[in-house]
Parts: sequence; structure tokens; C-alpha cells
Amino acid sequence: MSIRHESAHLHVRGQALYADDIPLAANVLHAAFGLSTIAHGRIRSMDTTPVLASPGVIAVAAADDVPGENNYGSILHDDPIFAPGIVQYAGAPLFAVAATSYTAARKAARRARIDYEPLAAILDIRAALAAQAMVVPTERFERGRPQAALAQSPYRLQGTVTMGGQDHFYLEGQIASAIPQEDGGMLIISSTQHPSEVQQIVAHALARRANQVVVQCRRMGGGFGGKETQPALIAAAAAVLADKTGRPVKLRLDRDTDMLMTGKRHDFLADYDVGFDATGRILGLTVLLASRCGYSADLSGPVNDRAALHIDNAYFLENVAIVSCRCKTHTVSNTAFRGFGGPQGMVVIEQIIDSIARKLELDPLAVRQRNFYGTTSRNVTHYGQTVEDNIIEHLVARLAASSAYHERRARVAQWNAKHRIVKRGIALTPVKFGISFTATMWNRAGALVHVYTDGTVLVNHGGTEMGQGLFTKVAQIVAHELGLPLAAVRVSATDTSKVPNTAATAASSSTDLNGKAAQAAARAIRERLAQFAAETCCVDLSEVSFCDGQVCAGDRRFTFAELVQQANAARICLSSTGYYRTPKIGWDKKALQGRPFFYYAYGAAVSEVSLDVLTGETQLLRVDILHDAGNSVNPAIDLGQIEGGFLQGVGWLTSEELWWSSAGELRTHAPSTYKIPTARDWPPHFSVQLLDDQPNREDTIYRSKAVGEPPLMLSISTLLAIRDAIASCGPRGELAELAAPATPEAVLRALAAVGAGAKAGIEPPAGAETAA
Amino acid sequence: MPDTPQGEPSRPAGRCEVRFLLDGKIERVENCPPTLTVLEYLREVAHRTGTKEGCAEGDCGACTVVLGERTADGRGIDYRAVNSCIRFLPTIDGQELVTVESLAAPDGTPHPVQQAMLDQHGSQCGFCTPGFVMSLFALYLRNAMPSRATVIEALSGNLCRCTGYRPIIEAGVRMGSYPDPAHWSRDATARDARRARLDALHRDEPLRLPGFRAPRTVDEVASALEADPGSVLLAGGTDIGLWVTKQLRDLPPIIYIGNVSALKSIRREADGLRVGAAVSLADAWESLVDLYPDLAEMAQRFGSPPVRNSGTLCGNLANGSPIGDSIPVLIALGAEVELRCGPRTRHVPVGRLYLGYQRKDLAPGEFIVSVRIPLPSAGLWVSAYKVSKRFDQDISAVAAAFAVRIEAGRVQYARLAFGGMAAVAARAPATERALLAAPWSEAGIDAAAARLAEDFTPLTDLRATGAYRLQVAANLLRRFYFEHSDPREPTRTAEALAAMGLD
Repeated sequence: MSIRHESAHLHVRGQALYADDIPLAANVLHAAFGLSTIAHGRIRSMDTTPVLASPGVIAVAAADDVPGENNYGSILHDDPIFAPGIVQYAGAPLFAVAATSYTAARKAARRARIDYEPLAAILDIRAALAAQAMVVPTERFERGRPQAALAQSPYRLQGTVTMGGQDHFYLEGQIASAIPQEDGGMLIISSTQHPSEVQQIVAHALARRANQVVVQCRRMGGGFGGKETQPALIAAAAAVLADKTGRPVKLRLDRDTDMLMTGKRHDFLADYDVGFDATGRILGLTVLLASRCGYSADLSGPVNDRAALHIDNAYFLENVAIVSCRCKTHTVSNTAFRGFGGPQGMVVIEQIIDSIARKLELDPLAVRQRNFYGTTSRNVTHYGQTVEDNIIEHLVARLAASSAYHERRARVAQWNAKHRIVKRGIALTPVKFGISFTATMWNRAGALVHVYTDGTVLVNHGGTEMGQGLFTKVAQIVAHELGLPLAAVRVSATDTSKVPNTAATAASSSTDLNGKAAQAAARAIRERLAQFAAETCCVDLSEVSFCDGQVCAGDRRFTFAELVQQANAARICLSSTGYYRTPKIGWDKKALQGRPFFYYAYGAAVSEVSLDVLTGETQLLRVDILHDAGNSVNPAIDLGQIEGGFLQGVGWLTSEELWWSSAGELRTHAPSTYKIPTARDWPPHFSVQLLDDQPNREDTIYRSKAVGEPPLMLSISTLLAIRDAIASCGPRGELAELAAPATPEAVLRALAAVGAGAKAGIEPPAGAETAA
Repeated sequence: MPDTPQGEPSRPAGRCEVRFLLDGKIERVENCPPTLTVLEYLREVAHRTGTKEGCAEGDCGACTVVLGERTADGRGIDYRAVNSCIRFLPTIDGQELVTVESLAAPDGTPHPVQQAMLDQHGSQCGFCTPGFVMSLFALYLRNAMPSRATVIEALSGNLCRCTGYRPIIEAGVRMGSYPDPAHWSRDATARDARRARLDALHRDEPLRLPGFRAPRTVDEVASALEADPGSVLLAGGTDIGLWVTKQLRDLPPIIYIGNVSALKSIRREADGLRVGAAVSLADAWESLVDLYPDLAEMAQRFGSPPVRNSGTLCGNLANGSPIGDSIPVLIALGAEVELRCGPRTRHVPVGRLYLGYQRKDLAPGEFIVSVRIPLPSAGLWVSAYKVSKRFDQDISAVAAAFAVRIEAGRVQYARLAFGGMAAVAARAPATERALLAAPWSEAGIDAAAARLAEDFTPLTDLRATGAYRLQVAANLLRRFYFEHSDPREPTRTAEALAAMGLD
């Protein structure tokens, strides 16, 4: 049902409380980080005396002030909270200062005197590959005989696909408050997708036990993966200062600090060699897939795994070898971002297929369809999972028809033949995205449901709310299970003292996991109540039903509240936990084989763009999307995820450019310099539909499908529509390599490469440098 | 209270509390630090946390509030959206402040703007939502039944990372279909009671705080600045606000010119349009576009509505950034500024105001009183272009403004001005000479465009490489030619929309 977001009425009135809005005691201190200004170097000396002497300053904490472990690394312990003698990126936290006001802390933080001994810095992927600098070992994914297949292929192409990173630009920056409690306890209010990890890392940093640290998060002002591992750093620094001063400490990053200090989407490059036949069917493929991980591992291992696992997208790659390099650079440590490497893998294969089509002068859609996974044969992925739920053929056929893809493609060609300055392009790309954490252990969730004697219900679960509507969906599920109106159910803040040892709210799976856990808890209570009602009314259990706030037991009717009161008086427990683990999955990390994903979510999009050959400016004119959310639990919320994910992807692939100076300083660290889409960038013409005839074949919550990440990758259609428009300017068969983001400058460079400059009397940009 | 950069212990004579209306009541803020932002006041002093900080530089719109001010003609109230994160509280003295908490009716019924957002599923994480609500609210008071294009324009200063904007645009288009509420009705601007409450804030003496004064006449400004040339002249604060919020600077004493009525006027005179130093960018661009309709796109892409509502055209000139989009336009139009220093006045063409990067032909104590823009002359083609990574609310990689007259197939007059191509916005003399020497033809344009490299050696930075800037500058000249030689040939990406039969 299309239920409105549970907090919408608060959002529009400014009454929804975010971490910075929660009142703290009058003695609260405000903290700020002091950051490294160089990319790589040894700290010869760090003098924080001027910081301490600044007005309002109460305390400073650096590496030596951390009572426990000075690290917040998620998988490997290679992420210092405060840099211990060596800095590995410009923006690395060196110390934090607590003062009586936010401004006093920020001013003081700039007053440290730091003497560095600069060291040579590796700043991009090519340099890291040359130096073989890696944060985690290179992995090789292989199936079939790719080299032999390449050698025997009638057609072959080599090339490089590049794409930039992306800042999350959640509107609410990173923030945590640490509030000392009695007997060594610490309460943390954190804007986090992963409260359990924050709890664990704060405990380690303070040398406390987990049962002394409580982490709460009611909501985030956006997360997108950026609040999976990063919040632990903020919370740990705040906790160290709170512990040191005995006062509550709030640490809120200003936008510049946030963008300089925290990880982003990995930029990738892929050197490929592909062999194919005259119909465009891929016969063999080898890819060197390399990403910029930054100075530490963070989640780069699993991110790069997912990139390699999605280089097939919806296509059967019979003979394929992927060498996946996780490059170490002296830049910020890149992290989770919606899609988690999947989008990067897909951009690679979609660009390759586009190139094949251009080489063969075929409709790229025909080449895509030629390579789709089959349903009975050609249906095993390069990592050994059988694609059991393949609906891509059906979905793409429906979209091609509903969007009039073929007719419009012809009209675009007619336009391009007539006009020399404004060109148009169109592309249809599919999405097949694997749902589950590849690390099997994280595919679990817990929930806690309380029923009170007035018949109202309070739900807690391990997931966090970042706008994606998880709390709304979980409330709907619990209301449905107990036969209650939605208004009777409330979901309260995520709290590590209520539901412990949770997974991050990530990998699109939080409704799948927490919805099932909450369902289990609600069902346990319902069963107890049903048993009680059956006994009370002397009817069979099968005659008890819960519906519309009423409980029927044979001929007798109770309101839910009446039954609950009687059950309570009869000493029936009205509270239950629930637990869920995803079935069927398993992944052999050594062999890189298995069934990492419970199921796949599908979708496809058609983008049409226009392009100005004089400036390289482009405009998205129209998009048609058909997306698979299974039996949607809440179509309105799923539509919001699809539209928002799509446009976020368009931003990544067009206007959002991270730009570093030659010294490794990020220069795009605020909205004035880093350009996410605005309202104008939503296409003037659009059709966004849920695929309505395909329930999930797996037993997920009400047969729905995860919808958080997959729609982001629908945006690849926009990049390739731009490429289509560029290709129309060059001779047929020309490849028109287009780097992402396709900024006006990148587009003009691609135009020059196909020799299109002459058409409008323009020359290629001599000596143009590329941004990462 | 947040830190006070200027801590003078003694209170000067006269009224030294800031007063403004909030929810119908007069708020009085004593000992107001001059650079306390409206946002800091709301969140930290008043504990009204609905208004959010997203960037503290006026670029994300999460902090959007609406300010009401009596119109110059005295007939109504002008309500406009502004960025509270970079607006200093003393500058709203005498005005009405409206925040997201102000909109619902006393019984809690949401305002149509809020109800439309609810019904369209316009919020996800909700953090940007108050800002969107306030931008839509400002639009509602002006135009409750806006077109899609008008809504998009009104929202161009608000960033949302969750929704993709579609439902928010939809809410804006539909907000007028709800019953107009008594509380904040469409005609709120004309309500006598509201005007009377604002009028009650009138003060006889100019506002004066430690480190802040708000004179009311040009003479007072001139003498104050001459007496203390180290003071900073403040108008809309869309640049100076960032000195405080981003650079964490302690400002010298502030002379605020927003209360000088003589500087707030736009006058059309025989020799041109005179825009006073305190005229907002919104009003200034509107008048400019009336004269030169081809500037409409540049006007719309300059900053965002909240920035244009606070910032001033003369402030953009005084700032003198190499990427200030108004400067090439005013250079191409042959505008000149009136400068005042103490009792002395002089006039300088805009193009001569800039001596080098952040160096201006301004004596200590001298300031811009107004800018005069010549009226259109027959046969003069004027166009302005902007190229940036994002269409709305971005800073130009290259901005260009051209004023050209063709007679008998030859270029008789050419002023070509560019931003983003050098340390200051400037004309392209070699290119202009080549254009004047050549016939008005594609070959003539190519020959002129080839001379741009003599005029400029642009830098490479985060917005573009120097090579791209040079190439695009040349191509903008070509676009100008194509648009004026063959108006039927599309030169803009948006023109493809009409051809899709979907416009």
C-alpha cells in the first residue's frame, strides 16, 4: 500500500528531530577536527598549545589521548581515529578540540602548528598500479577459457573505461554526540547506518565493554552508504573528548570538513579486451578492473568484489577473466556508496557492449538482447550462481514497447541528419543487481515488538532510517501481522540496547531482513494472543483472526485492546523478539564461487538526451523506467527510491566531478564546487513504472524485492544516450569513448576524439587534462 | 549565545537591540553579535531547530527562511526566500521572519504547501524539506498556481539528495489547488494587520550595535566609511557571510547599507538605468531583462532565488570576482559605476574598475553608489551565455556577453566580454578588432575566434581546463553568430524538446 513516510508530517513542519536538534545538557561542549593539509608525510611536530589557548577551548585530544584502540577500521584495523605520526591523505584527522561553542572549536582547530616531512604521494589509479600499491590483495575472477576465446573471436576490441567517484552529499553532515553516563557508561547519539559498529568501535576506543556503550539513531538526514563506516570515527572522537572532559560533546562536521575527511564512491578504470561475433555476442572478455581505494581498506574489498560480481550485469559471459586491483592511494579512503561497486562494474560492461554495437553498426539494444542471460541455458554467472529468476528479457521487451524505443531511435537519427549544432541520443540499459551482503554473516536481523495494554505497539529493529522508508515499511508489516491500523504501530529510534549485534542498514536489504525479523516477532505475539483467545472462547485456534483492530474468535469479537488487556491480566507475555537469517546463500571467499545473492532485482531505463556540440552541454529530455520491486510493500516509497536513485546516478555520471590538485588536495568540497543535480535536472518527460506482474520467486517479505540500490544503475542509460549523441557526430563505426562524469568538457573531448569538431568549426582541446 | 567577534562591553547610545517579527510577535535580541547569522539565532538561541544547516554557504537551501519587508511603495509586504545561514541577524531588523514552524495553522493544520508535499510524497530523509517548504511558500504568496517552469526556477537554490525532485516539483504545481488557508493566505502580503505589525517595528534612530551600524542616508554611509576606511560595507551578505561561516574571519566594524532608501531604488533615466547599491540581484536582473530580454537566461542562472533576493548587483561588482556573471554583462553593455568617497563623486566604466585579481580602482573609503546601464539602442544585438557543469546555480567555467551591431553585412560595433578567462572579467580587444575588420560571416567569426588566444590565457582549475575555456569562448562567439544568422537552426539543448512533440 502506498502509505506516506512515517515522519512526513514532521518533515514538512520542521518537527523531525535529527542528531543536531536533540537538546543536550547546558554544559555540552562542541568539537571540531584538526586536519592534515598534505597528502602524505611524517609529522615532525604537532603543537596544539595555540589550540588550547584559544577562547572557549576546554580540551584537545590526539592519538595519545585515546584510552583504548586508536582505530575505527571496519574490517582491517588500518584507519586511525587520530593520525599517529604519519598522515596518508589531505584531510586526515590529526586531533580534535572541544570548546564551549561550535565556532570556538572550529576557530581553535585551525591554530595548531604542524611541521610535516612530506613523503612521495600516490594519487591516482595508474600511479598505484605502476607501484603495485594495494590496500588488499588483488583478486582474480575467471570462468571458461577467455584467452583462447579471444584468440578465436572474429571481432575484437580493446579499450579503457573510466569513471569518477562520487561524494554522498547527504544533506545532514556527519554528526555524533557522546554523553557520559554513570559507572563508565557512554551514550552515543549518532547519525549512522551501523549503530552496532559505532558501539563496538567506541567501546574499543575507550577501552570499555560493549555493555557500557549505547548507540541511538532515530533518523539520518540521508546516508547513501556514507554513514556505514564513517560515523564510527566521528562518534569515537566525540567519545574520547567526552570521556576526557566528563561533559557531553557534540561533534558536527561542517560541510567542507565532511567532504575533505570522509570517504566517497570509488573511481574505477577498466582496461578491457573483448572478442565477439558478427551478431555482437560476446565470446571472450578480459578486464583489468582497478579502483582508487584511498589510504586504507575500509570496505574496499567487498566493494571491489561486488564490482567484479556485477561486470556481467544481465549478460552471460561464457569466457571471462577479471583481475580486480584495489589500489592504495594517498587520498581519502573510499567507502560504501549506493550500489557498492555494482554500478562501476555495470558501467564497464555497458560501455563495452555499446562499443561492440558501434563497431558492428548495430542497434546497441539488439546487442544487449543478444547477450542476455538465458532461463534454462546460458544462465550461470561467472561466479557460479544460477540465475533462477531471470525476467530481463520480458522486462526489456515491455519497456522497449512502452517507451517506443525503436520509433524514437529513428526520429533521433532523422534529427541528427538535419541539425549540426544540437544533437540527440537515446539508449536503453538493463539492470540486474544481486541482493544480499556478499559476506553471508551480515544477512541477519533482529527485532523487538512490544504490545501495550491500550492496544498500541512499539517496534524496534536493527535497521536505521535514512529516508528510504524502512520504518514505514516495518510498521506496515507489523500492523498487517497484528491486524491493526497503521496508526496503532510506532517504530522508535534504533538503539543498540534494544536490538543488539545488528548488521549495517545497507546492501538494499534492510526491509528484507528487518521486515522478516519484525514479522517473526509480531507473529510470536499474535500466536500467543490467538492461543489465549481460543482458550478463553473455547474455539479452535483456526477460528481466531486478527483484522482491522478487531480479534474474532468464533462468534466473539474483541477489540485488539480488549484482548490485550485480558491477556495481560492472564499474565501472557506481550513482548517478543524476532530474528531472521537469509536462507539459501553461501559464498566461498577463496574460490570466489557460490551463491552470494538470495535473488536478483531487475530494471531497465531508456534515456533520451540532447547535446550542444559547441559547448558539450547536455540535457536529459526524457526517461522511461520499468523497475522490478516484486510485490511492492509500499509502491509510493519504492517509486521514491527509483526516481531518487536514478537521478543520483545521473549526477554521478554527468555533473558530479571530484577534482584534486596535483598535490592531492580535494578542491571540490562544498556545494559551490561539487554539483549534484537540481530540480531542473529531473527530465521534463518521464514515465516511471513498477513491474507489476512478477512477485519475488524467493520467500521474501510478502514477495517484495529490495529497491534501495538497483535504481541508481538505471542512470547508465543517460551516460550511454550522451555517448549515442556523440557517436552521431562521427563516422559510423567510431567508438566515441566517453569518460564519466560526462561534464561539458568531457563531452567536448569525446566529440573531438570522433573528429566531430570540424562539423561545428571547433578544434579539439589541445593538452586537455583529465580530472579523476 | 555564540561567540562574539567584537566584544565591546559598553552599549552605545540609541536603540541597540535587534527587533523583528516572528509568528506575529516582536522578538527582541539584545547584545546581538553583528555577525550572528539568522540560522544561528534560530537554532542556538531560539531553539527552533526546524531550519537546517546543510552547507553554511548559501548553496544547498536547507536553511531557507522567508523575510517580509514593507514594499517601497508602502502598499504591501514583500515576502522573499533567503538563505538564513549567511544572513546576519541585525540585517533583518524591522522585518518579519517566517520559518517552517510558522506555516501550519494554530490548530496544527498544515499549510497547502506542506499538505501538497505530504500528498506528493515530497520528503524522504526530510532534512532538506523545511528549505523546500519555505521556497515553495515564498512562491505561493507570489503565485499560488505556478507553471512547472516557475516551480523549478523557484526551487533552483534547494538541493535534495533523496527524491530526484519529481514529487517536490509536483507539490509546487499542485499547491494552489488546496483551499487557501486563513493563516498565511495568498493575500497575506496585503493584510492590514500584518502591515501594521511590521510598521510597529519602525524605529526613529538607525540601528547601532557594537561593531555594526545601519545608516539611512548615502551621506552618512560616505562619512562613516571615510572616517573608518577599514570598515566593511555590507549589503546582502551573500559573499561576506561566507567570510564568517567558512573562513571564520573576525570582521572589522560593519556599515550596513540595506537601510539606505536612496540606495534601494532602480531609476530609468534618459542616459540609462540606474541601479542603487542596495538593490537586490533579483530586482536588478528583472529590470535588466526588461531592457534586454536576451539576458533572461543569465538572470535566471545567476546564483539562486534566495541568493538573488539577498545579494545585490553592486555587491557582485564590488566583489569583482573573475567569475562574477554580472560583470561581463555590464562590461559588454558599457555600464559605469558611480563611486563616492567622502563628499566626492566620480564615474568609472565597469570595465576599468578591475586592475587585477582582487584589485580594484577604489580608494580607501570609496564605495559604489550605483551602476548605470545604457538603454538599448536600435540594431544592437545583446546576448549573454554561461557554461557550467550544472545548468542551475553553478559558477561559470566561462561566461560571455556580446553587444554587436551589424550594418550592411559588416560589424560596426562590438563589445565582447568574458568571465572565467582571466584574473578579472574583461573584454577581448584582439578578437573585437578582428570582428570589426571582417564581414559578418561564418568565416569572419572563425577568424575573430582564432584571436581569442591573444586576449586570454585562461587557467585550469576545478571548473575546467584552460584549453576548454578557450575553445568554449570561441564557440560561444560562434553560437552568437548562428543565433543571429539562422534563428531557425537550434543552438540550445532545450530546443530539442519541442521537436520531440512533447514540449
